[in-house]
Amino acid sequence: MGLTATILCLLILAIFIGFIIYQGVGRLSWDFLISLPSRFAERSGIYTAWIGTLWVLVLTTLISFPLGVGAGIYLEEYGKKNKLNKFLEINIANLAGVPSIIYGLLGLEVFVRLMNMGSSILAGSLTLALLILPIIIVSTREAIRAVPSTIKEASVALGASKWQTIWNQILPASFGGILTGVILAISRAVGETAPLIVVGALAYVPFAPQGPLDEFTVLPIQIFNWVSRPQHEFAINAAAAIIILLLITFIMNGIAVYMRHRWQRKIDW
Amino acid sequence: MNVKEKIIEKILAFCALVTVFTTIGIILILAIEAVGFFSQVSIVEFLTSTKWTPLFTQKSYGILPLLSGTFLTTVIAISVALPVGLTIAIYLNEYASKRFRQILKPLLEILAVVPTVVYGFFALMIVTPFLKTFIPELSGFNALSPGIVMGIMIIPFVSSLSEDALSSVPNSLRQASFGMGSTKFQTAFRVMVPAASSGIVVSAILAVSRAIGETMIVAIAAGQQPRFGFDPTVPIETITAYIVQVSMGDVPHGSLAYKTIFAAGITLFIFTFILNNISYWIKERYQEEYE
Repeated sequence: MGLTATILCLLILAIFIGFIIYQGVGRLSWDFLISLPSRFAERSGIYTAWIGTLWVLVLTTLISFPLGVGAGIYLEEYGKKNKLNKFLEINIANLAGVPSIIYGLLGLEVFVRLMNMGSSILAGSLTLALLILPIIIVSTREAIRAVPSTIKEASVALGASKWQTIWNQILPASFGGILTGVILAISRAVGETAPLIVVGALAYVPFAPQGPLDEFTVLPIQIFNWVSRPQHEFAINAAAAIIILLLITFIMNGIAVYMRHRWQRKIDW
Repeated sequence: MNVKEKIIEKILAFCALVTVFTTIGIILILAIEAVGFFSQVSIVEFLTSTKWTPLFTQKSYGILPLLSGTFLTTVIAISVALPVGLTIAIYLNEYASKRFRQILKPLLEILAVVPTVVYGFFALMIVTPFLKTFIPELSGFNALSPGIVMGIMIIPFVSSLSEDALSSVPNSLRQASFGMGSTKFQTAFRVMVPAASSGIVVSAILAVSRAIGETMIVAIAAGQQPRFGFDPTVPIETITAYIVQVSMGDVPHGSLAYKTIFAAGITLFIFTFILNNISYWIKERYQEEYE
């Protein structure tokens, strides 16, 4: 029975993905990738959407990577076993459970309004960076914890300072694990729709964004927009765009899984 | 040298504090906008009125229709995800061979990485038409189909958390059960599951919290009609879908309609916050300790 349930789940997934490919693959073409959105389904493309996704991906990484890894290092290496640290831990666990749309409301008020960024790529990326921060922190801590304490003690015994030990020994040894976690977190950010809608990313953007303060759309929002229309042609567009989005997500996850595998095998303390 | 070390520590501490600022920011913003909202709408109306029509000319601000919509999709999702996820966890932990498990687990993880907007497409384009062949009176937008799809999405979440709980039960308990002459099935359901029950309850609570906050599937496939009731075959609207609906339109900043998304947001936040903390508390309090 357990096997049946497992197989059934995988079968449903296969049906879903098969249906998407069946619907959308005929629509995929070079033109589809480099065309601007249009009122006419046959002429619409996802150019602005994937450029927007690329911008968001890069900016979100730049913001969340140093913050998340820094926080992870602090909690694991500097944080003492006191009330403050306990509070930080509970807080991070809580943040990980906050619905993504709530982060959208935060981004809307703080980045879009208070900091006057408007509904820009930067505001969206900052919002997503906060959203994935807990994931990066947790995976950084796990990766650091996996480094045996003998390495640390040996380094300290040789006279290295705390930071020298972290920078020269602990980080290189845990980098594979940290990077795996970061890639998984970023791939989650790429698929996020709701917080960006709330922040004010547009469904229709006539031109590709030029800089981080431009208005933007992303692939998931373009898909949402097309799915919401009654005409069948737009549903086919949505299916084609979903193929691209799934490709991006699966490739990122594939890289992460591969790296985790390699990293686990290579390091045999 | 010492100064440099101190500065680095301060920078790292700041990184960790960003998470605290995030929490404070979320609570402050929701609270401030909600106070603005409740100065114009009575809290009694908000909690008892069964009509939610802030965008119509005849305005009414009762959260109950959004709550019943959220409740409905969540219950459907959990009644799919919990039994299936738990069955898979028991199977993987008690029955599957190690090698087979190593193949199945990453495959199941795929279900968890598919973006939610894609699940919305599945619900609207595949599941609803499929269900219509059995339930002809099913409306094109309904609570049933997004609920089921949401459940499918949450399955790997439940199964991996429950499996962690099961695998932390020491092997001696399993061996003792076999030694008493129990069958595999008896061991799984009478010994392993009760021993891992706190972890399983935690996975169920977190799954509920996840389902309550899920947005895109319901925004796409459940319709956008706030309706107080528990009929899964008609269009409804959840709290999250309402926030999306308002965000897609041009509601002027500062208007009462703008504030409604924060009133809806704080309701959502309170529910998930309570659930997350209960699960954290159970984890801390009831974690079975084995020697």
